[in-house]
Amino acid sequence: MRLTWLRTPLRIIAWMVYAALSLVIVYGVYRLIQFKGATYFFQALLDGLRLGFVYALIALGYTMVYGIVRLINFAHCDVFMVGAFSSYYAITSYGWGIVPAIILAMVVCIVLNIAIERMAYKPLRNAPRITALISAIGVSFFLEYFTALRFVFGADFLTYKRPFDVVVWNVLGLSISNITVIIVAVTLALLALLLYIINRTKVGKAMRATSQDATAARLMGIDIDRIITLTFGIGAALAGAAGVLYAIAFPQIWTFMGIMPGLKAFIAAVLGGIGNIAGAVLGSLLMGEIEVLTVSFVPFGSRIRDLVAFLVLIIVFLVKPTGILGEPQVEKV
Amino acid sequence: MALLDVSDLHVAYGAIKALQGITFTIGEGEIVTLIGANGAGKSTSLRTISGLLRPVQGSVCFRGVDLTRMSVDKIVKLGISQVPEGRQIFPKLTVRENLEMGAFTRRDRNEINDSMERVFSSFPRLKERLHQLGGTLSGGEQQMLAIGRGLMSRPTLLLLDEPSMGLAPILVEEIFSIISQINSEGVSILLVEQNAAMALSVAHRGYVLETGKVALQGDASALLANPQVQEAYLGEG
Repeated sequence: MRLTWLRTPLRIIAWMVYAALSLVIVYGVYRLIQFKGATYFFQALLDGLRLGFVYALIALGYTMVYGIVRLINFAHCDVFMVGAFSSYYAITSYGWGIVPAIILAMVVCIVLNIAIERMAYKPLRNAPRITALISAIGVSFFLEYFTALRFVFGADFLTYKRPFDVVVWNVLGLSISNITVIIVAVTLALLALLLYIINRTKVGKAMRATSQDATAARLMGIDIDRIITLTFGIGAALAGAAGVLYAIAFPQIWTFMGIMPGLKAFIAAVLGGIGNIAGAVLGSLLMGEIEVLTVSFVPFGSRIRDLVAFLVLIIVFLVKPTGILGEPQVEKV
Repeated sequence: MALLDVSDLHVAYGAIKALQGITFTIGEGEIVTLIGANGAGKSTSLRTISGLLRPVQGSVCFRGVDLTRMSVDKIVKLGISQVPEGRQIFPKLTVRENLEMGAFTRRDRNEINDSMERVFSSFPRLKERLHQLGGTLSGGEQQMLAIGRGLMSRPTLLLLDEPSMGLAPILVEEIFSIISQINSEGVSILLVEQNAAMALSVAHRGYVLETGKVALQGDASALLANPQVQEAYLGEG
């Protein structure tokens, strides 16, 4: 029996819940503004947005790869780290500017991630899913510890030299630096490019088709191996750019730098609904805001910021495991 | 030479032998149907022809070319298209995008648009729903979309897996008349059906499968008249 008659009352209840939630948020914002002033609040909001944009670039790689091969690529956060390091060498040793450094990081990450897929995941494609997941964790550890060797990147913290001078503008009492402008501009440009590829091009449509029904996609003559390679490549390009942006915002890099932002971006992807591209962006912006607002308003906030992130993950799993924009998964036979 | 030559095909899922030496042919311009009960090996045969499954033994030759080592996308390019069981349209692509995916192996935009127009002339309802998501269509419309999508690669041979599944009788009639029409435009068809009466009424020849083997074969009209077939598959006798 289909409970169609339940739909309208359920929808009304849902809207009431949303309305109540919005009221709570509005009231919360009001109290926060009262607490430390509007400028302080909006400055925090802006910083959260900036962090959220960087998370979004990382989260997209997790969510797209999951959408195609149903695998959480745990090595993704280390690809992000390699992106930061390759731009570091380009800038400090060869004096490259920010744009070529970002492009280099993207290219290096694409090559790396595709190589990871070929060597560590492709041979396991018909194995149980947990096997590939363990392989992913292995690759992650390998990248972190191998690159920490003296003849690779080394185990020390390195100070990332920005290839430009920091300029801070004062707009309506908010301080906006050119770092923020670069992060927002690069992220928006890459997002626009990504949306164009996915929605308008033939391979992009084939990627969506593959994530919806891989067998049917094969029957259309779509070469799944090519789609998988492309997905890992696109995810890596975004992670590489994110690595550079993260490093110019927080200019200390080391080979384990990817773990925390990577985990938070992963949480963001789950929060938005894993496999869902809009969800990854939405979840990331929320995660960025939650983190910065925690640091700004909660006592000892800077010490519990990571704790709060994982709390979000637990709450999502308890309340709505499919995430905000995710749909209930129907297991296919 | 037959268009498709399947000989002594053995296919197994692990220890389960789904096909135990099946031999059949499809001539140029024919509609051939495989009928039989659940688990007789009908869908397995189609999936093996398409390259989704690899046989343990035996061969599948399309115009003399062996398909058993070929990848799925190469087989589509050769001119074999499958409309899978349960329709398997892309639920979150629009009707138009679903059809574009059907033409994935083709390059020429004008020719693709021609094919799309031809699909619309067979299924006018798809044109009305062009920008709707596939998942929002009714069951009958989804089946039309699945068949239309299968035609977009301009196949020589169309493999249809249970096109009547889950459809109201009046829609089944409509789908089968369109199948005949597609065939009259020169596309050979391999039709897998549980609805044996309907399948035999449009097919030229048929094969009755039982537990992975060909039990009976012959002209569709002869099979329809066969008392054994009537008893086992047509609910008569």
